[in-house]
Amino acid sequence: MSGVASTAPAKIAVSDLSVTFAQGRRRVAAVKSVSFAVEPLESFGLVGESGSGKSTVLRAICGLAPVSGGDIRIDGQAIPQPRDKAFARRVQMVFQDPYGSLHPRHTIDRVLSEPLAIHRFSDREDRVVQALKDVGLDARFRFRLPHQLSGGQRQRVAIARALIVEPEILLLDEPTSALDASIQAEVLNLLTRLREERSLTFIMVSHDLAVIDHMCERLLVMRGGEAVEALDRASLADRQVRSDYTRDLLTASEGYKR
Amino acid sequence: MSPAPLLDVENLRVRFETNRGVTEAVRGVSFTVGRERVGIVGESGSGKSMTGRAILRLVRPPGIAVADRLAFDGTELQSLSERQMRTVRGRRIAMVMQDPKYSLNPVMRVGRQMTEALKVHERIATREARSRALEMLADVQIRDPERVFSAYPHELSGGMGQRVMIAMMLIPRPDLLIADEPTSALDVTVQLEVLRILDDLVKDRGMGLIFISHDLRLVSTFCDRVLVMYLGRIVEEIDAARLHEATHPYTRGLLNCLPEVGGSRAPLPVLHRDAAWA
Repeated sequence: MSGVASTAPAKIAVSDLSVTFAQGRRRVAAVKSVSFAVEPLESFGLVGESGSGKSTVLRAICGLAPVSGGDIRIDGQAIPQPRDKAFARRVQMVFQDPYGSLHPRHTIDRVLSEPLAIHRFSDREDRVVQALKDVGLDARFRFRLPHQLSGGQRQRVAIARALIVEPEILLLDEPTSALDASIQAEVLNLLTRLREERSLTFIMVSHDLAVIDHMCERLLVMRGGEAVEALDRASLADRQVRSDYTRDLLTASEGYKR
Repeated sequence: MSPAPLLDVENLRVRFETNRGVTEAVRGVSFTVGRERVGIVGESGSGKSMTGRAILRLVRPPGIAVADRLAFDGTELQSLSERQMRTVRGRRIAMVMQDPKYSLNPVMRVGRQMTEALKVHERIATREARSRALEMLADVQIRDPERVFSAYPHELSGGMGQRVMIAMMLIPRPDLLIADEPTSALDVTVQLEVLRILDDLVKDRGMGLIFISHDLRLVSTFCDRVLVMYLGRIVEEIDAARLHEATHPYTRGLLNCLPEVGGSRAPLPVLHRDAAWA
């Protein structure tokens, strides 16, 4: 699992990451000493059920959850604390709920222009138009408000917003779980295409083993804040799993058995 | 088993008349349900939940539900008064909703909510109501019924809460259970446990079940028969076991767009909607 063995450093190396939320005397260890390394241009999956800490890992990487132990490195460099503008330029996140992640009173144009203004991009106008085109949205959506868009269209806007600052790493937190199956297929295809075109590195979180299997080369199964098992695609396809929990997840992904 | 179906729906329509015009959520749906598991599948906006609600006459204004026939066990539900309808709801036909968090009263202990349902429908002593509720909780595989009985809803996990909902709905021993996405809010492994419970109850009690879901794979493995809905119409009705032989392009599209463990990495086939399906 260590990316240290290879000559080039891993794109993202997470080692012994712990996240503990403390409120008064109550302490909740959401992530307990989780390690993994993601190679450049790789797509890496985190799978688990609610409370497994999979989303918290992503949030810890981009500074939305407190890191209480271990470290996170990008290209061998420790990430800045707190995360700075240069970090945000390189690492972007797409959230689960396309209904909650867009400002309800901002037009799509404003949603997409804001990151460009923050990072002082030139020719913003053209970039906004191009960003919409890249995610397969018609230019007429540009001056609409989020409530005038469907769930799938909103998620496309969220992806466009993340990619508009040309990041190297995209963190995807259940990007399709709020969408219908047919729309999910469209968004997954879009993400696959953009990853190739833009040479992106993905970390994708999902509760759906089949989605992760489709999108990722390697994955980590998590449960109760701990890493259960690291797998690659081939061993998953051959059902070569060691833990009973992963086997349960595999069975569940096939539907109900009489 | 009676030869007549438990539920007979003919040409059911649900429409919403607002000042921005009329929206038809359900457009002429006909089907029957016996003592079996019938799945209704469709995407959001296909009218599957509205169909479930219309059977219980729970469509809220400005929505209007009309059917040529809406017969349950030989009784036309549309001709019943609201008072008579209340004796059908819960007692003969029960409904389980998607999210236990929003269906349970947060400030009432689980036990009290469960026995309240029982006391509405039957004249029953508190002690007996309690023992029936505890029995029912044990039936839905809750290991410590006493603890759950005296717990508040927020003290229960999602899976536990959904079991409580199912137990509560099943206490009056209904003949037909309408389950509207009963497992969508649950983790996959818990989902299977809840389905197992529903399955056993259908088998042991000879109950009819209408299982509403967006998950075609789950429905096809769980139900006996599947109704596929698209924009308020049933586009295909098929035995679950023969779903792979489905002929309608919409059903085929829904089946094909799901990724599979060990499947190909090629782009997923997307659904090309045809105006003629509507």
